[in-house]
Amino acid sequence: MFAIEANGQTIEAKKGETILQSLKRAGINVPTICHMEGLLPSGTCRMCVVEVEGFGGLVPSCSHPVAEGMKIRTNTPDVMQTRKTLIDLLLSNHPDDCLYCARNGNCDLAKLAADNGVRDRAYQGARSHRPKDISSPSIIRDPDKCILCGKCVRMCDEIQGVSAIDFVNRGSKAYVGTAFNQGLNVSSCINCGQCILVCPTAALSEHKYISEVLQALADPTKTVVVQHAPAVSVSIAEEFGFAPGTDFDGKMTAALRRVGFDRVFDTSFTADLTIMEEGSELVHRVQNGGALPMFTSCSPGWVKFVEEFYPELLPNVSTCKSPQQMMGAIIKSYFAQKENLDPKNIVSVSLMPCTAKKFECGRPEMAQDYVADVDYVLTTRELAELFRITGVNPAAIEPEAPDTPFGERSSAGKLFGASGGVMEAALRSAVFLLTGEEMKDYTIQALRGMEGSKELRVKVGDLEVGAAVVSSLGQARKLMNEIKAGRKDLHFIEVMTCPGGCINGGGQPIGADKEAIKARMAALYQIDSGDKLRVSHKNEWVQRLYTEFLGKPLGHKSHELLHTHYDKREVLL
Amino acid sequence: MPTVKSVETILMDHPAAGRDHLIPILQEVQESEGYLSQESITKVGKALDMPSSKIFGVATFFNMFRFQAKGKYHVMVCRGTACHVKGSGRALDLVTKALKIQPGETTRDKLFSLEVVACMGACGLAPVVNINGQFYAKVTPMKLQRIIEECREKEQTHAIA
Ligand code: SF4
Ligand code: SF4
Ligand code: SF4
Ligand code: FES
Repeated sequence: MFAIEANGQTIEAKKGETILQSLKRAGINVPTICHMEGLLPSGTCRMCVVEVEGFGGLVPSCSHPVAEGMKIRTNTPDVMQTRKTLIDLLLSNHPDDCLYCARNGNCDLAKLAADNGVRDRAYQGARSHRPKDISSPSIIRDPDKCILCGKCVRMCDEIQGVSAIDFVNRGSKAYVGTAFNQGLNVSSCINCGQCILVCPTAALSEHKYISEVLQALADPTKTVVVQHAPAVSVSIAEEFGFAPGTDFDGKMTAALRRVGFDRVFDTSFTADLTIMEEGSELVHRVQNGGALPMFTSCSPGWVKFVEEFYPELLPNVSTCKSPQQMMGAIIKSYFAQKENLDPKNIVSVSLMPCTAKKFECGRPEMAQDYVADVDYVLTTRELAELFRITGVNPAAIEPEAPDTPFGERSSAGKLFGASGGVMEAALRSAVFLLTGEEMKDYTIQALRGMEGSKELRVKVGDLEVGAAVVSSLGQARKLMNEIKAGRKDLHFIEVMTCPGGCINGGGQPIGADKEAIKARMAALYQIDSGDKLRVSHKNEWVQRLYTEFLGKPLGHKSHELLHTHYDKREVLL
Repeated sequence: MPTVKSVETILMDHPAAGRDHLIPILQEVQESEGYLSQESITKVGKALDMPSSKIFGVATFFNMFRFQAKGKYHVMVCRGTACHVKGSGRALDLVTKALKIQPGETTRDKLFSLEVVACMGACGLAPVVNINGQFYAKVTPMKLQRIIEECREKEQTHAIA
């Protein structure tokens, strides 16, 4: 620690940090655009400039290291004018249709302009007109709203290791696009939506299906059933002004009934079901010399990633459908039978923290007799919009319990929302299934937390299990390459596409920082610590589903409804 | 005619190439195949361990690369200083409108392709357009329109005959 001076006040700085970091800690705000927490500075936007005594010209604070005795000014007329000019230039060719814009109300660019006193158009530049790319079921790209900050490109490349998009052309003709300007749907994009979370504007947004859902709700001939993923209840409250980590589980259920859904189910129920199926699959592989290590298959971005980049390892991916798709499949079979409904008259809606789930529900593998298991996927953000459109305020509603038969869940199923949660849930049940005894303490600390890669060796009965947990596909890629190079000590690997897991999914509320993500994660563990039912194998309704309908894990019906297989996918890599 | 070398051969000529070899490799591929196809870019990407989006990005940064095979009639419009002064901008406008393509593109019927070049060294004849090696001097939009129509007619009579 040493002292520096900022705007005349003495503040503390740490060796090795940037000027921006020291200023932030002291509560001095400097606007940034291209800066990304945790990545090396790219220094392209220059929005973060400050004055440093003795330096000629302004200094970008996001990339410049602090030094002892520095005298910094962040709000001199020169600095403020420079910022304003930079914003003026960004706005000069921007379409001003904020009223109709996907980011109306939470736009970083609009906020930047407002915060810096931009109230007139200073320059009128030539507008570029590039067609919107609506080809993807998950992501919409509107290049006209792009301010070329490059964050999506870096996210896709440096964090996700996919590189579906990059800068094309140069100078005034530059834009962000795919190889050969193909539609995103045929590119290598795996639909994770992480690019949406970092985009300051509406240049990237999710493909919305709200009107389709409203139409279904208004149709008296349809039974509209909804399921919600584990990570949605701990983030939806943020959209209504509550602190990150506030759990709206019961309130959300009640609100969904007010919106008009006929049944409200919890995807954590099929997370429990997944544990039964996937656990049995793992044991089967171990006992019969099947392909190991086995990878989880609940994250559809990850599945597409393997299909594109590591097709030779597809046999190692679990054949289990994701909890969303399992729920869809049993809704349109078991539930339909029980309720005497024609599956064609059931509209199955799914609320997810995820944009890739939109792609997943449209996969041809995810249907029975040409009836899709899940019809529409809405993100957490769209759910908030749905509540607003219908005038339902979840904050003001008394909590209610979900519907049977797919409402009961264990808190192990709920843990699926955080990186490490699937593994923790799986180990809890594996110990019981292989030894007949329950774990003394269900908490497996080594699997918790925001690290991108976690590993654990545990004894389950006589079996020594090598377990690994990775989140973000950049991390997954590293592990895949180790395995391809001959690493043999792992048996079971959980992969989540988004850094930290679904709590940080591409469909979650925009503007969450690392602390907010941690709070969402903590909320899941909080729910688990106080829950009566903490293991999937004791979920009575899952057991009932087996006796009444499925038979046994990996049985004939399970194979038909809950399992699938994946093939190599040809895209431009 | 440039010699036709396969992408594989070109890559073999650059053993252990890194990303810094990208531009020369792309130049050789274009010289040999006339343009950069998706297949070639994928192959180069595999060899250099680069995603095709990045290669496409780098290649579009430079004006010299094209991504569609040339048409039967390859139209080159000179945008050198002399031609510019003499109104080659209008000539280019006309061609893009008449053919409904932008520089670097090829018409759907694969008849025409368009390229903008810096200077063809025929400044005395400005503005200059070159189609399949033949120079057209002091072109006006009217003249160009006629030239294009002639090419089209020639194709039609071929088709009938
Ligand atoms: S991206 Fe932001 S500034 Fe641009 S139109 Fe939308 S709300 Fe307005
Ligand atoms: S959705 Fe994911 S894979 Fe697709 S472009 Fe965005 S970051 Fe890349
Ligand atoms: S699409 Fe968004 S994140 Fe990507 S460069 Fe444009 S403004 Fe930045
Ligand atoms: S935020 Fe510092 S240069 Fe963009």
